Amino acid sequence: MDKFGFTSGMKAGSSIAIGYFPIALTFGLLAKTTGLSMMEATAMSILVYAGASQYIALNLLTTGTDPLLIVLNTFVVNIRHFLMTASLNEKMQSEKKWKKSIYAFWVTDESFSVLATRKEDKLPTSFGVGVMLVAYGSWVVFTAVGHLIGANLPIFLQAAMGIALYAMFVGLLVPSMKGNRKVVMLALIAAVINCFFYWTQILSTGWALLVAALVSSITVEIVYANQAKRKGGVV
Amino acid sequence: MGSWYWWMIIGMAIVTYIPRAIPLTFLEGKELPPIISGILQNIPYAILGAMIFPAILMIKEGDILFGLIGAVAAFAIAFAGANVILVVLGAIAVLSIYSLFF
Repeated sequence: MDKFGFTSGMKAGSSIAIGYFPIALTFGLLAKTTGLSMMEATAMSILVYAGASQYIALNLLTTGTDPLLIVLNTFVVNIRHFLMTASLNEKMQSEKKWKKSIYAFWVTDESFSVLATRKEDKLPTSFGVGVMLVAYGSWVVFTAVGHLIGANLPIFLQAAMGIALYAMFVGLLVPSMKGNRKVVMLALIAAVINCFFYWTQILSTGWALLVAALVSSITVEIVYANQAKRKGGVV
Repeated sequence: MGSWYWWMIIGMAIVTYIPRAIPLTFLEGKELPPIISGILQNIPYAILGAMIFPAILMIKEGDILFGLIGAVAAFAIAFAGANVILVVLGAIAVLSIYSLFF
């Protein structure tokens, strides 16, 4: 009886592991060319575990940026996780705080997406940890492998595998969109706002995501609350 | 790299951990007002929309068509009812074949 236990969590997280594989591999490779030892590169993946920030850190290291600025930048890039973990808290079962403070470390854009789009209410901690650990394992192992072999995938596969995480997001979103106008509206409005920020370059990626998701979620919630009020029904 | 590198990693680890841990632990057991709870339950779908667009179109620098083909493939496979892993592998397969031929 492991309907929503650790193993089924690992199964649900396997698409993240596939998606992390090319990104972690490239990170390990780039870290090597930046001059990091294998231990230094892998330690960053083990301790920081945040794809975008790690790439930016490498970039800043090569330009000789003050390490303190790199840390500050990391914080700014990850502010969006405040919103994600607040949302994830609604989805996970009630649990002792020390346990939650441990698994919080493994919340990423991807593990959040897999967990938050589950149909079930109140996901067990063991299921969540299963999803998160298979993703983390892939990230850490393939960072080391990338540094070790110091070569990348064949070019045609490299380009094609760049779609992996986005295809996963699509695969998570679409089933919820079917027959649910609210979900379609939420995704569409946020996508349009984020595209606007991208092309006008008003906000950096991290902030753009945060603002787009918040504005869309609040707008749609207000619209639906008003509709429910007009119909005099209970939401 | 010198010892400063390790201090930097520790700093990065701490500032990455804070936004992950504070909401999950501080909100534990708290009943939020319905409107806030509703907004938080909307977040995943909104954030997915924003994480997909426009980034999915930019996966190959300077070649939006490449990303567009991948996006169409992913949405088509997903709408056909395939599970997430099949959407991922299917989109990779379509783009691999495309880049082998073009």
